[in-house]
Amino acid sequence: MRLIKPTERGLYVEPGDFYIDPWLPVERAVLTHAHADHTYRGSKNYLVSKEGERLFRTRLWNEGNIETASYGETKKLNGVKVSLHPAGHVLGSAQVRVEYKGEVWVASGDYKLTYDPTCAAFEPVKCHAFITEATFGLPIYRWTKPEILFEEVNEWWRGNVEKGKATVIFAYSLGKAQRIMKSVDASIGKIFTHGAVERLTRDYREMGVELPPTRYVGEVENRKDFAGSLIIAPPSAQDTPWTRRFGAHSTGFASGWMRIRGARRRRAVDRGIILSDHADWDELLTAINATEAEQIWVTHGSIETVVKYLKSIGKEARPLETKFVGDAPEAEISDEKEPDNHNLQ
Amino acid sequence: MKNFSDLYLALDQTNKTNEKVEAIVKYFQTADAADAAWAIYFLSGRKPRQIIKTAKLREWAAEISEVPDWLFEVSYDAVGDLAETIALLLPDTNAEGSNLPLAFWVENRTMPLREMTEDDQREAVVQAWNELDANERFIWNKLVTGSFRVGVSQSLVVRALAQVSGIEKEIIAHRLMGTWSPNTDFYLNLLEASAEDADLSRPFPFHLAHQLDFPLEELGEISDWQAEWKWDGIRAQLIRRGGESFLWSRGEDLVSERFPEITEASFSLPDGTVLDGEILPWKDSKVLPFAQLQRRIGRKTIGKKLLEEVPVVLLCYDLLELGGEDFRQKELQIRRAELIKILEKLPGEAQKTLQFSPVVKAASWEELTKIRDESRSRKVEGFMLKRLASPFRVGRPRGDWWKWKIEPLTVDAVMIYARGTGKRASLYTDYTFAVWNNGELVPFAKAYSGLTDKEIRRVDRFVRDNTIETFGPVRSVKAKLVFELGFEGIQKSSRHKSGVAVRFPRILRWRDDKKIEDADTLDAIHRMLEAEN
Ligand SMILES: [Zn+2]
Ligand SMILES: [Zn+2]
Repeated sequence: MRLIKPTERGLYVEPGDFYIDPWLPVERAVLTHAHADHTYRGSKNYLVSKEGERLFRTRLWNEGNIETASYGETKKLNGVKVSLHPAGHVLGSAQVRVEYKGEVWVASGDYKLTYDPTCAAFEPVKCHAFITEATFGLPIYRWTKPEILFEEVNEWWRGNVEKGKATVIFAYSLGKAQRIMKSVDASIGKIFTHGAVERLTRDYREMGVELPPTRYVGEVENRKDFAGSLIIAPPSAQDTPWTRRFGAHSTGFASGWMRIRGARRRRAVDRGIILSDHADWDELLTAINATEAEQIWVTHGSIETVVKYLKSIGKEARPLETKFVGDAPEAEISDEKEPDNHNLQ
Repeated sequence: MKNFSDLYLALDQTNKTNEKVEAIVKYFQTADAADAAWAIYFLSGRKPRQIIKTAKLREWAAEISEVPDWLFEVSYDAVGDLAETIALLLPDTNAEGSNLPLAFWVENRTMPLREMTEDDQREAVVQAWNELDANERFIWNKLVTGSFRVGVSQSLVVRALAQVSGIEKEIIAHRLMGTWSPNTDFYLNLLEASAEDADLSRPFPFHLAHQLDFPLEELGEISDWQAEWKWDGIRAQLIRRGGESFLWSRGEDLVSERFPEITEASFSLPDGTVLDGEILPWKDSKVLPFAQLQRRIGRKTIGKKLLEEVPVVLLCYDLLELGGEDFRQKELQIRRAELIKILEKLPGEAQKTLQFSPVVKAASWEELTKIRDESRSRKVEGFMLKRLASPFRVGRPRGDWWKWKIEPLTVDAVMIYARGTGKRASLYTDYTFAVWNNGELVPFAKAYSGLTDKEIRRVDRFVRDNTIETFGPVRSVKAKLVFELGFEGIQKSSRHKSGVAVRFPRILRWRDDKKIEDADTLDAIHRMLEAEN
């Protein structure tokens, strides 16, 4: 039985009559995480993780009937058992486990296995069928260990401090920005944020994630304060007049795509920081094996390649076409639309 | 190897000139002479020819990475570079990077591969991969496949070496010319303080001009002035001293080797002569488009075919030194008279290559203004006006010399297609532009040059984010960006959908202040056509 199947509105669970991350308005939606390409407004009822509630409310403009479930807590929707399990992607990100008549399916949403101090670690869930993302589904993508990576970032930041320069890192405002501020050595200098980052950082703090002190760039009156500081901004701010206020500065872009030299050069920043919130090649295979699933459905990224590879190692794998764009290069900018302030006062 | 790979990384990671120079300086400050010699060799664009067949390297890399061939292929396609694909696929070793010197890696671990049997090669390659970290592997892979390139210009390397050694740039540039072997002796000689060779090669600073920004009549009597066409080539100085020749471009690059025909012709000049002129692509007594000259600038070695297709001349403007005497303070008319004498005395072949830039005679400013209308058809940019009594000054002073350029024809057009060079990792650099016709955008010109690197990368990102359809290397994009295009001529054309063909289209400016509705119409272009002919 195909418990979860793609429809024009999103992944649909027919016996439970609900959708996972639908991109068009539906009666009932279960959301994996609060990134723009997974959390669309306009549906009537939402089930989201307790651990990410604040972020979902921001993205949804607090509209609709938003219900929460803690990780591992089972809810029943029209006789179908639904539970959310940590995906390690961003704060509150979840894999959705669906059980009906003894059949278990898991939709991974976006996930990673690498350590991230701002969210719960990925938890493998045994299932019959596993729907996996494949954003970085090529063996050329292998992440540097975070401790090594952030030591390099620290070293770069320190070097800029010595030269009296600001350090500007472009990174997704939800998840990666907070991961960076939490992982760098905050004793090196002050940390400032772009408006989009600051708003979500506030949400992170309200959800109980401890982060080093940050200040919104817009509040700074003396531009000299920026010298030696770290500024975190969404990718859309690159090459805009907004960055002029920082005076002499060095720029970095944090993304898994930075693993490739061509992508680094295209980005035209001083530093490509290979930091992703998605699974790399090895993590994908590890996660898939850990589910012990008989059937693997691949979506979101290098679908064809991952399917072909899984088949070649004897797994039953098939492509699943959805509309998620997530961390794909084409979405680098569009994913970073500023979350509006509606209904949040 | 570690230091060199750090240098490569530093150069690769910044697009700021000062930081590049800083990184090169830092490397040479501590590098051992043998390593430094190799580093200069590579930085100045030289490279050993291919040592290992790419097919072999690829096969071994796939085996060791335990990646099936098809997956290697897909990976290669995503990366767009073989050496990098291999470096990314190979399993991580615990290697901290190699502290063995660059010279050792090149001379003992790379060159000998050439003489080995295939089995031995494989063993040596795998051993090297095990000892190198990811960045070093990338560089080493490039070396053995003969495709190593560093993105720095010779003049940056020269600047950095001058800074490290305290020796003048001109001398370093001169010493880097010709053929040399990358060894300790070469490096020590390069930084040798004694400078007997210094004065010989040194050019004079150039005298440059501002664009005329007031009415012509205010210049006074036309009889006090000399008018020459303003040529669109490379301003240069040709030096013949002490039995040697040096051709300097205005960017102060020594370009003698790029233009062998000019260097050869200079052998006939009397010793102690310095000429100011313009390097121009020139065939059948006519100047060729500047784009042709670019084909010659872009290359280190000039093949026979290119020499035949794009011969160059030095169109001489001025004489700065004669018989070893500095002539710059003499009046232009005197310098010019001597210049013509010298050039006329040259043997026939040399005369063809070293020509003088003709003076345009006019009885009045009105007459000269009329003649200026010929500029476009003569493929020149207008006039240079020089006071007959003027000395050859330094820099860009106001008063004696003026540029009097024609305005290019311009059109504001919308970008609708972009073309890259195929692989995913390359940039979209060639664009097709459209103008309005009955509420529809019709393609009207293709252009690629004119944007800064930074702008190109912004446009590239725009293209990727706004693609409508992809056809091979071409993408159609949403009509959103407006550019000001300049071109030199316009003609009727039945082969083009727009009904017109333009000559030398180029991007003058990115008009991010304009919306697509503000772009020009085909009607306006047809009116331009009528006015032109
Ligand atoms: Zn996501
Ligand atoms: Zn996603």
